Amino acid sequence: MTGRSDAVGAGPSAPTAGRSRWRDSLIAWSFAAPFVILFFVFMAGPILVAFVSSFTDLRVTDIRNPLAIEFTGLTNYLDVLSDARFQKAAANTAVFVVVGVPLTIVLGLAVAVGLNQGVVKARTLFRVGYYLPVVTSIVAIAVVWRLLLGTDTGFINGTLTIFGIEGPGWLSDERYALWSVIAMAAWRNLGFLMVIFLAGLQTIPKDLYEAAEVDGAGPWQRFKGITLPLLRPTMLFAAVITGIGYVQFFEEVYVMTQGGPLNSTLSLALYAYSQFSFGNYGYTAAVAFVLFVAIAAVTFFQFRVLRES
Amino acid sequence: MSTLSPGRTMPTEVPAPGRKPRRQPSTWWIYIPLIIGLLLLVGPFIWMLLGSFKTTGELRQVPPTWWPENPTLANYEDLFSRLNFLGYFFNSTVVAVAVTVGNVVFCSMLGYALAKLSFPGKRVLFGVVLGTLMVPAVVTFMPLFVLVANLGLVNTHAGLILPFLAGAFGVFLMRQFIGGIPDELLDAARVDGAGEHYIFWRIVMPLCGPAIATLTILTFLASWNSFLWPLVVATSDRMYTLPVAIALFATGQQETNVALLMAGSVVVILPVLIVFIALQRHFTQGIAMTGIK
Repeated sequence: MTGRSDAVGAGPSAPTAGRSRWRDSLIAWSFAAPFVILFFVFMAGPILVAFVSSFTDLRVTDIRNPLAIEFTGLTNYLDVLSDARFQKAAANTAVFVVVGVPLTIVLGLAVAVGLNQGVVKARTLFRVGYYLPVVTSIVAIAVVWRLLLGTDTGFINGTLTIFGIEGPGWLSDERYALWSVIAMAAWRNLGFLMVIFLAGLQTIPKDLYEAAEVDGAGPWQRFKGITLPLLRPTMLFAAVITGIGYVQFFEEVYVMTQGGPLNSTLSLALYAYSQFSFGNYGYTAAVAFVLFVAIAAVTFFQFRVLRES
Repeated sequence: MSTLSPGRTMPTEVPAPGRKPRRQPSTWWIYIPLIIGLLLLVGPFIWMLLGSFKTTGELRQVPPTWWPENPTLANYEDLFSRLNFLGYFFNSTVVAVAVTVGNVVFCSMLGYALAKLSFPGKRVLFGVVLGTLMVPAVVTFMPLFVLVANLGLVNTHAGLILPFLAGAFGVFLMRQFIGGIPDELLDAARVDGAGEHYIFWRIVMPLCGPAIATLTILTFLASWNSFLWPLVVATSDRMYTLPVAIALFATGQQETNVALLMAGSVVVILPVLIVFIALQRHFTQGIAMTGIK
C-alpha cells in the first residue's frame, strides 16, 4: 500500500525523467483491474453473449448442451416483430412514454417551482415527503396500492361507497388498468424530478426575476419567459432519464398487474421477461435489443427536440 | 511520511448549498397545493402504518377505517415468529452492505485512475463503461442468469452480490469528483515520495466524502430495494431478501393475510426511511451533483 519507492526521483518538474511509462501504466491498471475484471465478466461479457444469442435458437434446455444451438439469422427478430403480443406491448409502452413522461415532468416541475417560491417553513418535511416514494421498495408500494385500488374492498372504492358511488375496477378493468398504473408510476417518480428541478432552479439568478417584476411581468410571464428557457438543460436531462425509465417500464406493472388484464398493461420489458421465464433465451435477447433500439430512438428524439430553441 | 501535508481543502466542485429565497410571505397560498400534494404522496404510507396494527377483517371492511379500531401488535409478532423475517433481514443487509462497499472501493479506484493517472486504453475504457449506462437491464438479465447458474451461485449470497459490484454510474460519479481535486496536492505528495496507492487511500479518499456519501446512499438503496434479480436467483426460503419474501407472500397466499403484508412492508421501509432522513441533505446534493453540470 505504501510503495515509497514508486516515485523515486519523479518531481513535478520532470515527470518523465527516471520514471518509466510502462511502470506508470502498470500502476494505473492496478487501480483499474478489480473493476474492469468484474465489469467484463458481469456486464460487457453478458451484453456480447446476449447479442450473439439473439441470432440463435438458444433455449433453456440447450444450456448444458451447447452443440444443439443453431444460428438462425434474423428469425428471432422477425418473429418478435410479427408477434401480436409484442405489438400490444409496444403500443402500451408507447402510451407509457407519451403520457407518463410529460405527466411526471409536469408534476415534478410544479412541486419544485412551488417549493422554490418562498417555502421556508418545513422545507425538509416537504422534500422528504415528496421523495419518500422514490426510496421505497416497489414491492411495499405495490402492497399498499393494490389495497388502495382493490375493486370490492379497496380503500378508494370503499370510501366511494359512502357517497353511494360504485367505483370501477381500477386494476381489473382493462379500460382503467393502464391509466391506474401510469398514475402510480407518476406518483412514485415525481419526487426524483422534483430534486433535479430544484437543483436546476437554483442556478437561475434571482435578480432576473426581480428585474422582470419591476417591469411588471406577472408570475406566469416570469415562469414562461425566465424559468422555462433557463431550465432547458435540466429539462433535457429530466426528459432523457424519465424517457429511458418509461421505455424500460417493468417493476410497476410486474408487481401491480403482471401485464393484465388481457395484456392491457403489458410493457416491452415485461414481455421480454415473460419470454425469459418461458426459457426462450435467444428470443428474449432479440426482444432486449429491440428495446435497446427503442431507448436509443427516444433519447435521440428528445435531444433533437429539446436542444434547439 | 510525516512530511505529507494533504490539507483539508475541499475539492472545488462541491455544489453550493441552495440559498434560501428572499421572497416576501405574499405567496403563502402556495402552501395549500403543496400540502395537498404532500398528503397524496405520504397518505398511502400513513395508511400502511396504521393498517399494520389492524386485523385482516378490519382491512377488508367496507367502508374502510382510517384509525385501527382495535390496535394489535399480532401482525408484527407473526412476522418474526411464523416467518423467517430475521433471516430475510440478514440477507438483505449482507447483500446491500457488500454491494455498497464493493462499489465505493472499485468505482473510486477506477475513478482515480481515469481522472489522475495516464495509461493506454484510458479513453476507450471510459467510453465503454459509460456506454453500458444506456443498455437496459433486460439485455444482460438472461446471460447473467446462465452465467451465475453455471458458476453454481444460485441460492448463494455471492450470486446476489457479484453481478452488482461494479456499477458504471459509480465510476462516472467518482471520476467527476476526483477530477476536481487539485493536481498540486497529489504532486506535492509524490515529491515527498508517496506511492500512488498511498496517495489514493490517504489523500484522495478522505477528500471524497460528499461523493462517497452519495454513492453509498444510492447504491445501498438500489440494492436494498432490488427485486427482480433476487427473485430469480434466491429460490430457497433461506436466501430470500425482504422484498422477495414479501412479493412471494403477497402473490402466493391469494392476499388472505393483508394485515401481515402491511406489517412486512413497514419493516422493509423503516430502515430505508431512517437512513434517508439522516442523510437526506447528502442525497439531494448528490443527485444535483450528478444531474446538473
